Order: sequence, then structure tokens, then C-alpha cells
Amino acid sequence: MIRTIQRSGTAFAAVVLALLAAPAHAESGWHLLNMPVGVTELSKKIYGLHMMIFWWCVAIGIVVFGWMIWAIVAFRKSKGAVANTAMVHSTKAEIIWTLIPVAILVAMAVPSARVLIDIEDARNTELTIKVTAYQWKWQYQYLGTDVAYFSTLAHESNSARELQSGIDPATVPNYLLDVDNPLVVPAGVKVRLLVTAQDVIHSWWVPEFGMKKDAIPGLVNEMWFKVDADKTGRYRGQCAELCGRDHGFMPIVVDVMSREDFDAWLTARKAAVKQAAAAPSTSATIS
Amino acid sequence: MATHAHTDAVHDDHDHKPHGWRRWVFSTNHKDIGTMYLVFACTMFFVGGTMALIIRAELFEPGLQFVDPQFFNSMTAMHALVMIFGAIMPAWVGLANWLIPMQIGAPDMALPRLNNLSFWILPFAFMLLLGTLFVPGGAPAGGWTMYPPLALQAGDSFPMMIFAIHLMGASSILGAINVVVTVMNMRAPGMNLLKMPLFVWTWLITAYLLVAVMPVLAGAVTMLLTDHYFGTSFFAASGGGDPVMFQHIFWFFGHPEVYIMILPAFGVVSEIIPTFSRKPLFGYESMVYATAAIGFLSFIVWAHHMFTVGMPLAGQLFFMLATMLISVPTGVKIFNWCATMTRGSLTFEPPMLFALAFLFLFTIGGFSGLMLAIVPADFQYQDSYFVVAHFHYVLVPGSLFAIVGAVYYWLPKWVGRMYDQKLAKVHFWLSAIFVNVLFFPQHFLGLAGMPRRIPDYATQFADWNMVSSIGAFGFGFSQLLLPYIIIKCVKSGAPAPARAWDSAHGLEWELPSPAPFHSWETPPSAAVIARGAEH
Amino acid sequence: MSEPREELRRANARLGARLGLMTLGSFAFGFALVPLYDVFCTITGFGNQKALAQASAVVPEVEDDSRTVTVEFVAELPTVGNWVFRPVQGSMQVHPGKLYQADFIAKNLTGHDTVAQAVPSIAPGNVAGYFHKTECFCFTPQKFSKDEERVMPVRFIVDRALPKHLDRITLAYTFYDQSIGTGS
Ligand code: HEM
Ligand SMILES: [Cu+2]
Ligand SMILES: [Cu+2]
Repeated sequence: MIRTIQRSGTAFAAVVLALLAAPAHAESGWHLLNMPVGVTELSKKIYGLHMMIFWWCVAIGIVVFGWMIWAIVAFRKSKGAVANTAMVHSTKAEIIWTLIPVAILVAMAVPSARVLIDIEDARNTELTIKVTAYQWKWQYQYLGTDVAYFSTLAHESNSARELQSGIDPATVPNYLLDVDNPLVVPAGVKVRLLVTAQDVIHSWWVPEFGMKKDAIPGLVNEMWFKVDADKTGRYRGQCAELCGRDHGFMPIVVDVMSREDFDAWLTARKAAVKQAAAAPSTSATIS
Repeated sequence: MATHAHTDAVHDDHDHKPHGWRRWVFSTNHKDIGTMYLVFACTMFFVGGTMALIIRAELFEPGLQFVDPQFFNSMTAMHALVMIFGAIMPAWVGLANWLIPMQIGAPDMALPRLNNLSFWILPFAFMLLLGTLFVPGGAPAGGWTMYPPLALQAGDSFPMMIFAIHLMGASSILGAINVVVTVMNMRAPGMNLLKMPLFVWTWLITAYLLVAVMPVLAGAVTMLLTDHYFGTSFFAASGGGDPVMFQHIFWFFGHPEVYIMILPAFGVVSEIIPTFSRKPLFGYESMVYATAAIGFLSFIVWAHHMFTVGMPLAGQLFFMLATMLISVPTGVKIFNWCATMTRGSLTFEPPMLFALAFLFLFTIGGFSGLMLAIVPADFQYQDSYFVVAHFHYVLVPGSLFAIVGAVYYWLPKWVGRMYDQKLAKVHFWLSAIFVNVLFFPQHFLGLAGMPRRIPDYATQFADWNMVSSIGAFGFGFSQLLLPYIIIKCVKSGAPAPARAWDSAHGLEWELPSPAPFHSWETPPSAAVIARGAEH
Repeated sequence: MSEPREELRRANARLGARLGLMTLGSFAFGFALVPLYDVFCTITGFGNQKALAQASAVVPEVEDDSRTVTVEFVAELPTVGNWVFRPVQGSMQVHPGKLYQADFIAKNLTGHDTVAQAVPSIAPGNVAGYFHKTECFCFTPQKFSKDEERVMPVRFIVDRALPKHLDRITLAYTFYDQSIGTGS
């Protein structure tokens, strides 16, 4: 018996070592163990909350698992343990292990409620973008302007993701996480998204922003984020609600620019729209 | 039928046991029906397991190697439906059939003909469900949660799936009614409610949950059906309906449903741990109350599955607090089990090993559940692999390990023979190790941002997915040991005594092994009940 | 069979039947959840969006000059290309308590006479209880003849009791052409 365990243990260790030694992927993922801290005001608070609950669980785990292991080690029949069959009930103990968890829950709930209230405070947003989900792409529309465009899976990824495409995903930059036209937003500005869908339910999720929100046909949902002013760059996410065949292939890319760069970008975009304005109808008919 | 002469009521069993296929098709005997349920569950477990391995094979590395994304989606939806309604729930009903009459001193289930019906609905339900794999348009691919409008974008499989769900629901409702009537009316004189073993208690509460929520699921899928074919618009925004309402109704069923799958597991563990600790269960009454509390709370937490649909603050806070509250009675149970082992005299036979793994790994699932209850953090976790890791920790080393532990615990009683314990321990260690290799890395994947229900992923997720897939194949193939061990036991196990485990209590151990065809033709005496009731 | 056995059998059938009735009750409850859902949304402040599709009895009150709220208008078309549908003005600054009018323009490009139904939605959702419409083109289906273009008004009052942490409301309409199958 013991030998079997040892043998399977060795075999498993060998497999793990072999995997670790395998030719490195485009980017190794072994270090990806935790939620990203993120780059927005809220994502950091959410990360803090996540870690707080995690450490509570570790602490409770030490007590509970410690107790289990102690009982298993200390009260073995093979070590001569004799059962105390009179120990069947203790009101005092049961009250204690009801009340202590309640206290811990309160300690968890209060900061969580605080963060929740912060999330709900959608005042003073400076820019509103309507995000409309389709099977299987996103449309971004800058409200108050005529700027609107679709964002779909980048061409290289799209070829490589065909069944038995023969293209090694490791050779494709940002495989499945790249789009033709990213969403562009300014850093340091409170941006509001109006999230909706045209066909089925989708969900807009960028982990570095700390949030996701479902895109539901016939319903408009609201979310906001404010990327730190110094955190310009490119952030990636994916549709997070099963939306049919290509659910895995409608990524989200957000280009976060400085305020000046963003203004320049938007002005250029508006000019381009005006030039292309052959048809007078705008807003919702843009396709 | 060798002879009509019999002297002893206990040996009455050969008298009216039909032989051949009639014995099974027309069976009204709780043991035969229990056996059929368990064999069915085991078959479905391997069917659902094969689907899981197709999923994990595709996810072994980035890129699409084996299946089309649409078929992949069918596999995730079908895997869940088969495992939940085909494996876990029928296994529990099978165990209820085998054990409840023996444990409460009854000759059989209260409504034997209904019992036959509730089993025989199942093969038809699953023929329909699995039949969808062969119709134009393929099997349902909108997830086991069937959210509209996506679920409505289905071909011929759609009405088949809905009808299959109606049948499965009818089957489990009939099974639940039978359990309630048996427990309420068939207890031996002197077996009052607070003397019942916890397995009976947890099943009684489960049965009430089933009667309360399975019809709600039936209603929800009926509305889907009429939306699809008869022009109603319960869930279509274009007709004044609301797709989010489906999610509310579905999870009003769905959350109690997850407790339907775990409460009987609590019961099993509450039987196994005392036996192998040679000590009565600690805090019997608080165990009963905790189970009832969990059953009640399970009705008011449903919206925690849908925090991201957009809810006002008050709603989010309410569902967060209610969900967190569930961990209190759950904690009481864990602590009571620990206290049962404390000052005991422990041995580690296969059922105990599975119960201990349950204790450790279910607790991990409880921790991730607590994390998921924290709404702001759930905005990150929701619909990611973190959720997949959570519910598999509570369902696989939770419900499934409890079922396997129960089989290893009561098998000697059922067949009158002892199985190969060494091999069962090998089965245990392989399962316990691989289940963690399989599911633990999924926590990392989810936190790093991998959504669930996707057939292909970005390269940074490759490493942990590969580990998870290796765990999946290891776990899957290890499970083949279970039917092997059972068949070997039935064929050639050494005879087992009536009390197969020296310290086992409960009325079932007062019957000979194998248990007679009709359990307690004459109710057990007060002395026998007293001996059995030393929980 | 002895008397007590017969007695037991009858008791079992009775309890079984009672549980059967419970099952039917649960099934009915599943359907009752449809109307209950609206009630639930109203009571909990979930925001009963269906109330937006009906006229509100609220009359203009004393306006609250001290407070300005931005109301944005959004138009959604599930059938791109067949219609023009857009708000005349993208947003408005309003004072709670006062009656305002906003206009939407729709043009039928389907090439035939048809009927369309606008379905309203509001963000954030719980504002539904504070947004009163006295008149709206979404209350009834709208008939459009071929190539007809029309301006359609919505008249509304933002409730003075609007929670203080809100300064922006989005009113969206999805315009469903009833002659075109949508959804599934
Ligand atoms: C300590 C107790 C538990 C807590 C606090 C808890 C909490 C949660 C929460 C909040 C979710 C929603 C996650 C999300 O979608 O974002 C969830 C999902 C889930 N839980 Fe639990 N849970 C607990 C125990 C259980 C048990 C005992 C089971 C079943 C045996 C279970 C099965 C599931 C399943 C199947 C899902 C996912 C359903 C789906 O989306 O397909 N949970 N849990
Ligand atoms: Cu999507
Ligand atoms: Cu739940």
C-alpha cells in the first residue's frame, strides 16, 4: 500500500518536473496565481477585500485543519487511543462555534459593504461610452459624438484559432486577447460605461479594472472605472458570459491614454467620421 | 422459487422474489430499485465523465485540437446536466432506497409502485437528453443554466432537452415524496424522529427541498418552451418580458438544488465518522437543526449567482449577508465532526478515508464559497474558473466522495461480502490526489482572469490548464477501480458479518448480511432500537 | 392482509397525495413568480423597469432648483439598417420635480407599413422608481407607414426624492419592429 503511494507520488513529481522543464511558452504562466491588483481606484479596493477574506480563510483553515490533523494523529486506535463515548454534546462549545463565526462574518461584511457603496457611487463621470455586445464582437460608441466602431478578434488570432489550424498559438502575439480596434479611454478620468447587448447576454470584463458587468438585450447596465493617471497602457479582458459558439473569441482590449493623447485621438476620430459622413443618419444606425 | 415452506420471517425473502428481467422491470422492492438507481448513476457518471475528459482534452493546450467550439459548448452543458441529474441525484435516491427502510425499521418504502415508476422514468429521460447529441443542430449548448435568449437559439434539441428535464424533475419529485411518506409513516414503533440516523434526517429535509423547488424548474423551462414555440414573451425584452427574470427563477430552484446534492452527504459523513471514531456523533441535535437552517437559508440566497446582472445596493447587501450566514450552520457541522473524532479511537478504513477527504476538501469549497459571497470580489470571480473550482470542490470531494464513501461503508451489508480494502485504499489515494491536481489550479486560472465555458484560451493560461487536464485524466481513469472493486466483491468477496464494522451502530447493522429481501418484516424490538440508536 | 396494514396503506396514500398537492403548488408558484417578480422589484428597489412602460399619475411638483441631474437618451436598434431611430438631443440638464419633454426621431426604412414597439430601460436600474413618465411613445405600439418619419415625444418628471448619490440617468429605448422576428 505505502509503496503504491510512494510510487504514484514519484511518478507525479516526475510529470510535474517534466512539465516545468518543457520548452517555455511564449510567456510562462506558472506565476499567475492571484487576482491582479489592477489599475483603477476600485480594482485596488476589490483586491484588498479579496486578500482580506483570503487571509481570514487561511486563519480559519489553520484552526480547522489543525484540529482535524491533531485528531487524526492523536487519537489513532493503532496508537492505543481509547474512545471517550460519553463526550456527545456540549452546549457551551456549540454556542462558541456559532458566535465566533458570526463575529468573523461581521468583520468581513463591514469593509465589503463599504467598498460596495463606493462602487455604487457613479457621480461625476466625465465620459460616457456605450458598449453594445453582439455575437461575437463589441461595439463602442462615444456618447455625445458620432464616434462609434466595432471591436473584433484580431486577424492573426482568428486564423490560429481555427480547428487544427496548424498555427502554434505561442507564435501569435497576445493569442485570443487582441482586437482590431481597441476601446480608447483617458487615464485619470472617471469613465462611465453603458453596457447592453443586441442578441444574447454577454459580460464585459477587464480583470485589471476590477469589474465585470452583464450586457443584457433590452436592458442598459451601468458601470464605471477610473484608471490611475500614471497607468496608461493596454489592458485586456474577455466576454465572461456564455454567449454561443464564439464566446471564447470576443476579447476586450482597452488602450488607456493620457488625457491629452485621448483628446487628440477623439478629435481625429471625429474628423474622420465627418469626412466619411455620406449618410446623414448617425447614432444607432451606424453599422 | 425452490420451496414454499418457510419457518422464519427473516428468511421469507426467497418467497416472492421474481426472477429474470421481471425482477427488475416490475420491481417494487426497495433494495432492487436502490440497486438499479445506483447502477444507473454509475453509468451516467462515466458518461458525464467522458464528456468532462473531452473538455479537458481540448483544454490541455491552447489552440483548438479536437472539437468545434459549438460541440465544446454542448459538452459543458451536457456534462453538467448528466452529472447533476443523472449521477449525483439518482445516486442519492438509490442510497435512500437501500438505507432508509433498514435504518428506520420498515419492511420497504411506503409507496413501492411509485418507486418503480420514479426509477423507470429516468432511462427514458436520459435517452432523450443524450439523444440530442444526434439531432440536427447538435445538443443543447447554452449551459446547464439555460439562460435565454441564448438557450432559445437551439435546434431540435431544445424541446427534447426541456422534456427530458421535465421527466427528470418528475422522477426526483416522486422519489422525494416516497422518502417523506416512508420516513413519516413507516418508522418502527419507538423510532421517534430524534432517534433517526442523520442520513434519514438530511434526506427528509432534502426531500422537502425537492418538492419545493423541482416544480419551479419545471415552470421555468415550460416558460422557455412557450417563449420558443407559442409566442409568449416571459423572457423576451421585445415582447415586454425580461431575460433577467429567468435567472431569478432558475436560481430560486438552483441554489436549493446545490443543497439537495450536499445535504445527504452531510448525513453520510455523520454516520461514517462516528463509526470509525468509535464514539457517538457529537452534537446530534445541533446537526439536525443546522441541516434545517441550511435548508431554510438556501431559499433566500439565490441572487448570489447573478450579482453582475446589475442590482441595487440593498439587494446586493441582502444577498451577500444571507449567503455569508450559510457558513455558520455549515461551520457548526464541521466543528461537530471534528469534535466527534476528538478523544475517539480512530481507524482508517476506506469509508473513513473518503469521509476525511470530504472534511478537508469540502471545507476548501466552503472557503471559496465565502469568498464568492463578498459582492465586490465576486465581480471579479463571477463566471471565471474560480467559480468552476468552487463548485467542483463542493461537488466532487463533497457530494461524490460522500457517495463513494457510502458505497464502501454499506456494500458489505448489501452483498454480504467484504470488498478488497487494499484496492479501495488505492482508489482513495488516487482520487484524493488527482482531484486536487485537477481542481486546485483552477482557482489560479480564475483569479488570473480565465473565463469559464471557453474552448480555447490565451497562452499565459497554458501551464495550469495542462496540470488540470493531467489531473482530470488521472482522476477519471482512477474511478474505473470503483466498479471493478464492487464486481469483484459481489463475485468473490469474503463473507461479511452482520456488523461489518465492529463499531457500527444503527438498525441496518442489526439485520443479517446480506440484508434480507424485505428489511424489517417484523418491526425491531425496543431493545434493538435502543442498541441501534446510539448515534 | 391485516387491518393495521390496510390502515397504513391508506395513510401513505393520503400523505403521498398531500405531497402531490404541494408539488402542484410549487409548480403554480413558479408561474406566480412572474407577477411576483415585478412586485419584488418594486419593493426592494430593484427597479421595476416594466413600470417605465406605463403612464405615471405623478403631477409636477415644486421644482428643486438647487439640484441638477443629467438625463441621457440612448436609442437601440436590434435590426440595423431597417430603421432610423435616434434621440433629437443626446442629453438634458433637468431639475427634479419639473416636467420636461424630450424627442426621438424614427424613420421606417423597411419598405412597407409596419408597427414598432419601443421597450424602455433605465440606468441605474433602481432609478425606475424615481422616473415618472406622463406620456411616452413606448406606452403603445407605433404604426408607421412606408418611409414615414416621425418625431415622438416623451414627457417626464424626475422625482425630488431621487437618491443624492445620483447625478446622471440614462433613458434607453430599444426599438423592436414587430414584423421582424427578433430574439430567437
Ligand atoms: C459554505 C457554503 C457555500 C457558499 C457560501 C457558496 C457560495 C456560492 C456563491 C456565492 C456562488 C456563485 C458564484 C458566482 O457565480 O459568482 C456559488 C456557486 C456555486 N455553488 Fe456554492 N456555496 C456554498 C456551498 C456550495 C455547495 C454545498 C454546493 C453543492 C454541493 C455548491 C455548489 C455550487 C454550484 C454548482 C455553483 C455554480 C453554479 C453555476 O454557476 O453553474 N456550493 N456558491
Ligand atoms: Cu459574449
Ligand atoms: Cu448558490
